[in-house]
Amino acid sequence: MRMELKLEKALERLEEIVQQLEQQEVSLDDSLKLFEEGVKLADSVQKKLSEAQLRIKKVVSEAQGFRTEDFEI
Amino acid sequence: MNRKSQSEQLSFFAEAPRRSRSRKSPPEEKISQAEERSSSAEVYTVSQLNSEIHDLLETGFSPIWLEGEISNFRHHTSGHMYFTLKDESAEIDAVMFSDLNELLEFDPNDGQKVLAFGQVTLYEKRGKYQIEVQQMKPAGIGKLQLEFEKLKARLQAEGLFDPDIKKPIPRFPERIAIVTSAEAAALRDMLKIISQRYPAVEVLVFPAKVQGEGAAQEIAHSIRSANLYHQTLKPIDTMIVGRGGGSLEDLWAFNEEPVARALFDSHIPTISAVGHEVDVTIADFVADLRAPTPTAAAQLAVPDAHEILLILHETYRRLVRTQKLHFDQCRMRLELILRSRGLHRPIERMREHQQSLDHLEDLLGRNTKQKLHNTHERAHTLLQRLESLNPAKVLQRGFSIVETSEGKPVKSAKQVAVGDHVKVTLHHGRLICDVKAKEEDSYGTQTRKGA
Repeated sequence: MRMELKLEKALERLEEIVQQLEQQEVSLDDSLKLFEEGVKLADSVQKKLSEAQLRIKKVVSEAQGFRTEDFEI
Repeated sequence: MNRKSQSEQLSFFAEAPRRSRSRKSPPEEKISQAEERSSSAEVYTVSQLNSEIHDLLETGFSPIWLEGEISNFRHHTSGHMYFTLKDESAEIDAVMFSDLNELLEFDPNDGQKVLAFGQVTLYEKRGKYQIEVQQMKPAGIGKLQLEFEKLKARLQAEGLFDPDIKKPIPRFPERIAIVTSAEAAALRDMLKIISQRYPAVEVLVFPAKVQGEGAAQEIAHSIRSANLYHQTLKPIDTMIVGRGGGSLEDLWAFNEEPVARALFDSHIPTISAVGHEVDVTIADFVADLRAPTPTAAAQLAVPDAHEILLILHETYRRLVRTQKLHFDQCRMRLELILRSRGLHRPIERMREHQQSLDHLEDLLGRNTKQKLHNTHERAHTLLQRLESLNPAKVLQRGFSIVETSEGKPVKSAKQVAVGDHVKVTLHHGRLICDVKAKEEDSYGTQTRKGA
């Protein structure tokens, strides 16, 4: 079961927008809206990718459930 | 040598056909016969000799287990296998006929150390002795190999390796599970790669022993744990299962059935990462994706953020470029419209009208001036003429106005009679005069009347 991947969807939508603007007859109004959406998407992806910190945890399963510990390399 | 009776040996292979002839004379008799022959100077034919040797061998060596290394292996089109079994100092030809070699649980090839069970015999036609192999199995480490082959065949038949059921590996995972030894270098390597390439993930390590007693069970347990976590707590996008390089025995856990089953049952897409490039384990066949090493697995599991950012920037540039182009196009279209005749006609017409107006104005202006001028001139002329007609002016010239006593201007002599009073107006002053005589004109001729 794949979960919704926001990053993937963002990049897909961005590509969609650029293609629409490049290929189709879009009214000026619509193109402005799409442009704005595209810029927002690009910014959010940029932010997510460049500000990330790797999080590592060790997970041990026990009778009651899972025990998570911070993992030190 | 083991001299069990042939019938006892044969019962084990009740269906196995025996290819060699046999005569049922007991060994002792055979040897004494041979001794007799040599002393009696009987001459053998080659066929006879070979035949006897054949029997000698077959009775002297009932089927045996032979250990040796395979070489010169040929699998003939007939289905029969021909090879040589050798050790450090000697060799013997071997054959395994097709109906028997079909039952082999492994594929023999050169260099393989095997245990072969068969009948030593003479191939009479050629006078070559050989062992006709009825059973064969790998010796020593080959045992593991055999188990591998058996399990692989069984699981394959069950469909665990089926490419159609393999799940795609998510491209932008948010959470990754790694099943491996928590202390080993392989884990550190993977974490390093992930942190360099794509730190925007959460990595969950589900530790397990990767070799030794019970390793397969621990690995399987961790795989199932990760799946439980995925289903009950937070979704996991990808799972890497593996370990660093090692010997066949070291990697063995990944060839065992519990690991294969756990991988097959996994709802999380799996990447196997066992040992080095050349090592292929059963886990590699079952997993959704095989990585040649743990490092490669990390590279397959996450994208390169730097690459994505580059593409992103390029996409952003395309976005801006396209929008600007669109804007420019719209502007151009607008200008074209504005400049078009359609829109300008009224303006032009207005201009044309304006021009006509100006023209008319001009015309009007010119005529008026002219007229004015003319009028002035006329007026002036008239004035002058009037001036010249001014009686006062006439008087200035010395003329006088004669009027009757009634005040009527006298133009003709007929108007007065001699003796009348007339008033004569001069330029300056007046005279009252009596007419003393008059002269009348008829057609300009003067005729004098009066006294």
